[in-house]
Amino acid sequence: MIKRLRKQDAIFLLISFVVFAAFQFLISERILSSFWRLNIAVICLNIILASSLNLINGVTGQFSLGHAGFMAVGAYVSAVCTMFFHLPFICSILAGAAAAGVLGFCIGVPTLHLQGDYLAIATLGMGEIIRITILNIPQVGGASGMSGIPTETTFTWLFFCMIVTLFVLKNIINSNQGRACLSVRENDIAASAMGINTTEFKVFAFTVASIFAGLAGGLFSHYFGIAHPSSFTFMRSFDIMTMVVLGGLGSLSGSIIGAVILTFIAAAMQSYPEYRMIVYALLLIILMLYRPNGICGDKELVSVILGRFKKGGKHDGTVAENK
Amino acid sequence: MEPLLKTSNLSKSFGGIKAVQDFNIYLHSGELVGLIGPNGAGKTTAFNLLTGVYTPTTGTITFDGKSLVGLKPYKITKLGIARTFQNIRLFDKLTVLDNVKIAYHYHIKYTLPEAILRIGRYGSEEELVEKKAIELLSIFNLTDKKEELASNLPYGQQRRLEIARALAVQPKLLLLDEPAAGMNPQETKELMDMIRWIRKTFALTILLIEHDMSLVMGICERIYVLEFGKMLAHGTPDEIKSNTEVIKAYLGEEV
Amino acid sequence: MHGRSIRYGVLHIPIEIEGIRRGAIMLGDTLFLQFIQQLINGISLGSIYALIALGYTMVYGIMKLINFAHGDVYMVGAYVGFFAATAVRLPFFPSILLAMVVTGILGMAVERLAYKPLRHSPKIAILTTAIGVSLFLEYTTMLVLTPQPRTFPPLLPETIYTVGGLIVSFQQLVILVVSIILMILLTYVVNRTKMGKAMRAVSYDPDAAQLMGINVDKTISFTFFVGSSLAGAAGVLVGIYYNSIEPLMGIMPGMKAFIAAVLGGIGIIPGAMAGGLILGIVEALISGFISSTFRDAAAFAILIIILLIKPTGLLGKNEHEKV
Repeated sequence: MIKRLRKQDAIFLLISFVVFAAFQFLISERILSSFWRLNIAVICLNIILASSLNLINGVTGQFSLGHAGFMAVGAYVSAVCTMFFHLPFICSILAGAAAAGVLGFCIGVPTLHLQGDYLAIATLGMGEIIRITILNIPQVGGASGMSGIPTETTFTWLFFCMIVTLFVLKNIINSNQGRACLSVRENDIAASAMGINTTEFKVFAFTVASIFAGLAGGLFSHYFGIAHPSSFTFMRSFDIMTMVVLGGLGSLSGSIIGAVILTFIAAAMQSYPEYRMIVYALLLIILMLYRPNGICGDKELVSVILGRFKKGGKHDGTVAENK
Repeated sequence: MEPLLKTSNLSKSFGGIKAVQDFNIYLHSGELVGLIGPNGAGKTTAFNLLTGVYTPTTGTITFDGKSLVGLKPYKITKLGIARTFQNIRLFDKLTVLDNVKIAYHYHIKYTLPEAILRIGRYGSEEELVEKKAIELLSIFNLTDKKEELASNLPYGQQRRLEIARALAVQPKLLLLDEPAAGMNPQETKELMDMIRWIRKTFALTILLIEHDMSLVMGICERIYVLEFGKMLAHGTPDEIKSNTEVIKAYLGEEV
Repeated sequence: MHGRSIRYGVLHIPIEIEGIRRGAIMLGDTLFLQFIQQLINGISLGSIYALIALGYTMVYGIMKLINFAHGDVYMVGAYVGFFAATAVRLPFFPSILLAMVVTGILGMAVERLAYKPLRHSPKIAILTTAIGVSLFLEYTTMLVLTPQPRTFPPLLPETIYTVGGLIVSFQQLVILVVSIILMILLTYVVNRTKMGKAMRAVSYDPDAAQLMGINVDKTISFTFFVGSSLAGAAGVLVGIYYNSIEPLMGIMPGMKAFIAAVLGGIGIIPGAMAGGLILGIVEALISGFISSTFRDAAAFAILIIILLIKPTGLLGKNEHEKV
């Protein structure tokens, strides 16, 4: 079995490399305009954010509305490391991710025994507290934000971090730890009865997701060169949530698709921000009414496609790896 | 010899309502014991007390020499007690195989880095879990359904899956909450054979709640009877069958 | 208006008429006097929060839903009041009544269209839809009515009374009186009418209520009507006092009112009233004695604290899930 899994991992990495090479070529040769280059960068960031949020909301079945807060922590901590401590880029990014992870853990432990609605509001509140706190720290620019952050994030970095995120999340989901998270989502009383410490895994998913949100934040601030509290409001959290819901709660490929689609919608409707929000709003409402499972449901695109080839269509394409 | 499970003076009150009072039972290793009583007698409450879902208002529970009072359910499971639920609690959107694999959770030792990089113990333990899960499913005649979503199974197979999953925990004590609910006489008879078989094969001690008297009288070595939260009678099936108090509780005053 | 005024929270607070002081209000030199002043301001603010909180708590009580769109219903009320006063030139009472009716109907429509179909879906679906409705209301208003703030006509005289060293405005008194009247009416409806009894029955046990012959759909619609109309009233009161309304005005007060409802005990009507008042007073005190920038964070901090210590709120009781 392990040989098969390792082969799948290798194929995943190989395809990623090919995709990377293709885009890198298009970018270096300036075949893609700056508009497209920007959007590809934003897509990479959104994929990191959406897939990590999916770990909490989709895989573990919790409802976090504070993801933007952890992105903010990553953005600011990494910027401080680069600008005030003159750490190399990679160290700053990692520091940002780590800081977000630590905060995620600290917030997660007391709040994750709350149920559904309460947790949603608590995480929303936490995200806001983080943002307001940053707003009140003059050393990092307060209400004016930080600027002059060295723009060290390249497409290579973005793509690499995105692949790492997806790889790690995919392998977590298909592990003992991931199965425990799924059981928490499905029926947490039964999960306890099977010996699973449900709170431990809720905190686990929350912490891991925050680390990646922090990573995205660090990449974000070093791409645009600025970090401003208004980039990390609950609207950003809602944006990310919409991507996850659109793609399908529990499906990583769904998060990728959701991120891509919504980034394009946002880019296309840039000049009409109100229309964009109305489209998002209607999307959320219509999805919930008519297709709450989103585009992919909780299945992975790859499993569904491969399943069709191998078993003539009976395979349900869930997280269980293909035979 | 010390019993495997022993409760003393166990009670649970919700506000003013005494759901269970003075609950004193014991089980020796290897026994197959029944817990019966009219609806609302407190049987599932007793199970919930034993598995840590409820904290006792008074009393003690000793299992394998350790006290269970105040322990969270997952810790009690790790000590060796597994249970099924009256209203089936399967992991609906996961496959039958995954449902069983999850129950092996705390027997798996590989760490998160090993899982992410798929090195070290990941490969061998995943294979072992898969193998054991498939073996367990074959005992319960669920092999052909292993990739099916648990919610798609017919009722009888769902009940069997509940039991299979509980066994994957590798418990010493198995608590079955109305395992025969909704089964016809043929299925019930098969269930009885299966319960006897798993008790022997897996060296289990079993405590079961049931309403189906043919099953209870057929396989239980001893029976406790509850009514309105209090112990009404305790004895062998023959003793219980002829106990007038029990008959009154089930059938009313006139017999 | 005689002197200048500064704005905090949702209300304008008149400054001492002789002389102008920056920052917080200083009346005489006594801390005690300032404390009482903030108490007075806080009670006005708290009455507004209470009116909005009642809608949240009633809806949560009857269907366990956090109606994210409720804050925006309050905003719509303000706009209806605005157009009633400017376009139709209605005086105070008809304006507020019209706003209440329109928002009541809006609330019922939202429930029928977006929430009712999801009554038996997982919680996450309906919460997501509520977020969608909220965004929809905000941005449609922005689109149709422009994001420019509108100035509310002075429907109430702006007289100010000085009592001892304290300042109370006529508008503050009206807010208090109107709120009290509405709350008394609500209490009467809930406790003494058949519909009120139905509401209480459905919030205890919808299935049993239905078996008793109660029309659950109608009861829920009625609940939304009443809750939304109270928010609409709050919107008009705020429009008058604050003088300015804009499409996103419902976000913060909405969240704070929700926090107030949780503080008092979500689902419990007296809890919403108590919670609203307490939150208003705490905010006024923090704004006056500590700093106005942390005002918003205070509300969220209260939320986190109450969720950690007693999630069922000050007046709440505990519930168990049946295993």
